Amino acid sequence: MQRIGVFVCHCGTNIAATVDVKAVAEALGREPGVIVSQDYQYMCSESGQNLVKNAIKEHKLTGVVVCSCSPRMHENTFRNAAASAGLNPYLVEIANIREQCSWIHKDIASATEKAIILGKAAVAKVHLNAPLTAGESPVVKRALVIGGGIAGIQTALDIAEAGFDVDIVEKKPTIGGKMAQIDKTFPTLDCAACILTPKMVEASQNEHITIHSYSEVADVKGFVGNFTVTIKKKARFVDETKCTGCGLCTEKCPMKKVPNEFNMGFDNRSAIYIPFAQAVPKVATIDPNNCMMMKTGKCGVCSKVCSAGAIDYKQEDRLIEQQYGAIVVATGFEPIKLDKYDEFAYNQCPDVVTSLELERLMNAAGPNGGTLLRPSDKTHPHKIVFVQCVGSRCDDSKGKPYCSKICCMYTAKHAMLIREKYPDTEVYVFYIDVRTPGKNFDEFYRRAVEQYNVHYIKGMVGKVTPRSDGKIDVQASDLLANEQLHIDADMVVLAAAIEPDKTARPLATMLTTQMDTNDFFTEAHPKLRPVESATAGIFLSGACQGPKDIPETVAQASAAAAKAIVLLVKNSITCNPCVAHSDELMCNGCSSCEKVCPYGAITYIDKEFKMPDRTIAVRRVASVNPAVCQGCGACTVACPSGAMDLNGFSNSQIIAEVDAICK
Amino acid sequence: MQEAMINKAKQLLADGVVDRVIGWKRGEFAYDITPAVFTSAEELDESFVYDDFTAANVSKYLVKESRKDGKVLAFLKPCDTYSFNQLVKEHRVVRENVYIVGIPGGPKLDAEKIKAKGITGILSVKNENYTLKIETVYGEESMPFYEAVLDKCASCKSKKHVIYDELMGEEGDVLDSNRFDMVEKLENMTAQERYDFWREQLSKCIRCNACRNVCPACTCEKCVFDNPDSGIENKAPADSFEENMFHIIRAFHVAGRCTDCGECSRVCPQNIPLHLLNRKFIKDINAFYGEYQAGEDAVSRAPLNEYKQNDCEANIVHERGVE
Amino acid sequence: MQVNENKEFQPLIVAFCCNWCSYAGADLAGTNRLNYPDNIKIIRVPCSCRVNPMFILRAFQRGADGVILCGCHPGDCHYTSGNYFTRRRMTLLFSMLDFLGIERDRTRVEWVSAAEGAKFAATMNEFTEAVKKLGPNRRLEDLRCRKQ
Repeated sequence: MQRIGVFVCHCGTNIAATVDVKAVAEALGREPGVIVSQDYQYMCSESGQNLVKNAIKEHKLTGVVVCSCSPRMHENTFRNAAASAGLNPYLVEIANIREQCSWIHKDIASATEKAIILGKAAVAKVHLNAPLTAGESPVVKRALVIGGGIAGIQTALDIAEAGFDVDIVEKKPTIGGKMAQIDKTFPTLDCAACILTPKMVEASQNEHITIHSYSEVADVKGFVGNFTVTIKKKARFVDETKCTGCGLCTEKCPMKKVPNEFNMGFDNRSAIYIPFAQAVPKVATIDPNNCMMMKTGKCGVCSKVCSAGAIDYKQEDRLIEQQYGAIVVATGFEPIKLDKYDEFAYNQCPDVVTSLELERLMNAAGPNGGTLLRPSDKTHPHKIVFVQCVGSRCDDSKGKPYCSKICCMYTAKHAMLIREKYPDTEVYVFYIDVRTPGKNFDEFYRRAVEQYNVHYIKGMVGKVTPRSDGKIDVQASDLLANEQLHIDADMVVLAAAIEPDKTARPLATMLTTQMDTNDFFTEAHPKLRPVESATAGIFLSGACQGPKDIPETVAQASAAAAKAIVLLVKNSITCNPCVAHSDELMCNGCSSCEKVCPYGAITYIDKEFKMPDRTIAVRRVASVNPAVCQGCGACTVACPSGAMDLNGFSNSQIIAEVDAICK
Repeated sequence: MQEAMINKAKQLLADGVVDRVIGWKRGEFAYDITPAVFTSAEELDESFVYDDFTAANVSKYLVKESRKDGKVLAFLKPCDTYSFNQLVKEHRVVRENVYIVGIPGGPKLDAEKIKAKGITGILSVKNENYTLKIETVYGEESMPFYEAVLDKCASCKSKKHVIYDELMGEEGDVLDSNRFDMVEKLENMTAQERYDFWREQLSKCIRCNACRNVCPACTCEKCVFDNPDSGIENKAPADSFEENMFHIIRAFHVAGRCTDCGECSRVCPQNIPLHLLNRKFIKDINAFYGEYQAGEDAVSRAPLNEYKQNDCEANIVHERGVE
Repeated sequence: MQVNENKEFQPLIVAFCCNWCSYAGADLAGTNRLNYPDNIKIIRVPCSCRVNPMFILRAFQRGADGVILCGCHPGDCHYTSGNYFTRRRMTLLFSMLDFLGIERDRTRVEWVSAAEGAKFAATMNEFTEAVKKLGPNRRLEDLRCRKQ
């Protein structure tokens, strides 16, 4: 038999002025199961709380209803009071008779009547409350960072600095990401490699950091604090532990006609290669699609010249499994493919390049040793046209609806660098708007215009046509002067939109994290939780969450690291006990609940059941991981059999409230 | 057809491909055909029936049958394959344990419609050039074939088998059916007229549960209406909620999962057009979230288990046409 | 419920509010002393997607004259996607109730954020008025119990 105590608060006159609290206490005292019903001036005060505590002890209460302000104010106060008196805190219910009654009504009679109904609903609910205990789940003190660009490196360094082991998984043979390909950075114009490569080295030398390069995440299981990740280490046909990175193999390799992806295909590499001089780890990788030995079984030069004996043509992909407490996604971005942009002649004319290609063309370590030459005839360009927003801020299906954010600044940088180095070269920039919010950004852009005389023209380029004399005809409109322009350019540079890396979507599926329609990872809250995903224990670093420049990426990387550290320092995490649970006897195993769970908290197991006829039946049933479930209840409605229910807000509890109100 | 099916079943049994056959048996009357399991050639010869009255969808029986040891042969009409596929999607049947032979669909006959013509004591029927010759204990009678066709067959949605291991006869196509006509007619009534229509219909319900028991989407291990913890189970007359809400909740629970096989209305002893509730959901889903046919495949997400950020708002109901 | 000739009909309205947005919005209406009728009785749920159609039907069957469901604005759900599922479920359910002849204005879904106290109060005033106009609910139980 339930023994319920009801406590009606006056809240000074806040409640008592419009609600006859004595009448409420009296009416609720007549409800079934209620054995004590009192009113008091300030229930949340220490003496008010003592009133509750003493009643719990004295009357051996099994449930408490406090009629007071919103549960959002003092639910925890009264739960703690109950707990300290030995009553399970989840046996307390609040009837909100202040914000949702006394403060909005004027008529004492009707407000009192409503307060009684709200109190009755709370009593009806508390009859069905079950004692709940918050579970605990241990935390594995190791983090995984997916992606080894500047975001991943920074996150890993920060987590390692805090003393936790951290693994970086990078799909390319070296870490460094897009920043390694960049020449100078805006707005300071310092050399990207000079600030990035020391960080790469730091990461490789940190005793807490393990780098899995040329590797991919193959599978993710588990949940916050306890993820099990399978990492596929792709065969590079070189023993990483033996290779010294001397590079002799790459020199001697007879197959030298492979387009060099690091230099955006402007020069060639050998079949066995080290992507660039400062690669980390500095070990060679054989590209099996181009290696003569792998394709025909005839060659073996690299193996012969390698004094370390590191070459292993028989190496196979290897799967390693590791436990992690936290996972940070840092998969970064890619410039979009420009195949659909025939109007810019990107595929027809070698002198129409993307901005990232221009980075390599201008880079001292690039194909031309830092001298800007036209890719077609290796001559010095005298007139260069930059086109902004190629594929960004697009309404059509060719491009992206969003602003890629970094293009305005890097274009200003390119324009400025060219004008600085080659004052005889004219530079035109066609733009929709120039967007330069950021510290020292607008000053930077103005320098390009005012000091370096870059021709900024508001308008879009309509058509780019390569001419037979080697020039490129650029047709464009100048919106401010309202005139059509024809520019005979030597080179055209397209600021291609950026999009999330292609690996992001399958990864999001594995991680059960959410993505927006553009495949950027969605943060748990756009304002207040910008570096966490909605899935507990998964954090977001860098451009995988949205377009970002380097300083923003690094800031977010460190923020993600801090959030991961907050998790890793804990030995265990306390779980919200108001989570869903499935009654296995009723579960159909139909997967409806799993499909609507935003957290991937539901899995299926095949379970044996003893049937009434003494046979054993194996049935697929849902199982909720209480450490992952956040208690939204979406599954409870998706479940046709009602096997899925929610602690604290069960079907029968809510129906009891409905009944109490509708009586 | 019956002969060919018996032979096919015997052969598959003999070859050891299957261990059991789920088919149909005659009941007390000629038109009273119910699903049954056969394990031997003798049993098949003795009582396997497939005729114009064999309308029952055996998909649901496979929930239990497919979990037993060995493989079961099931003859599925096009509409039945949709139900079966939906059950595969929901992990309710063990696909590997079922050997499906797709058989041509109806139209099947409605004994009630024949009886409504005053024809009783039916012994057998024969379709001769769309005239139904009915042999009765009182002699031969006849009526136009299409007047005796089941409602669900009259608005057939598809002659295509969406899942099978083997096909007997030709593959058909998805049809352009008129199945939403009645729903539309109701939608165009006033709220009062709709209310009166449904009050008249639903008040006939005797809660025999036939609709639930026959429905291939209603395969819950335990129905919420039988579960004392669900908050809505109540057998006592003090609370009639259960009986009133039964059909709405049932329709909601199968929304997005109902393949529109029409079995609910076929078996209702009170002739309540229950399928109209399901069709209303199907029609709305098609209109709001894009064409969706439950059971068409075994992988796509049910419309209620997914969303689009730009889905219509609930007030679309208010904005729509007539009151 | 019988309409008393001397007294204006007072509908009984159940409002399901999600804990994170709409319930907080209701609290804010209270904090700002924005009046709305006492016909509204709020039931707190963690998310609008917790509301089972059974709850709504139960309310109608037990004598509620209107049911309103409030949740976070689409895109703002505390649980990221709950209200999107709510929207589909309630669109279909309300359309079905309409199909059965229950007046459309007895049901509503409204998105109210924690900051929209004024919107909460205005919505409740509006909804109560709309239900008042319709008069007492004929109750779904009539479908079975009151055969003509």
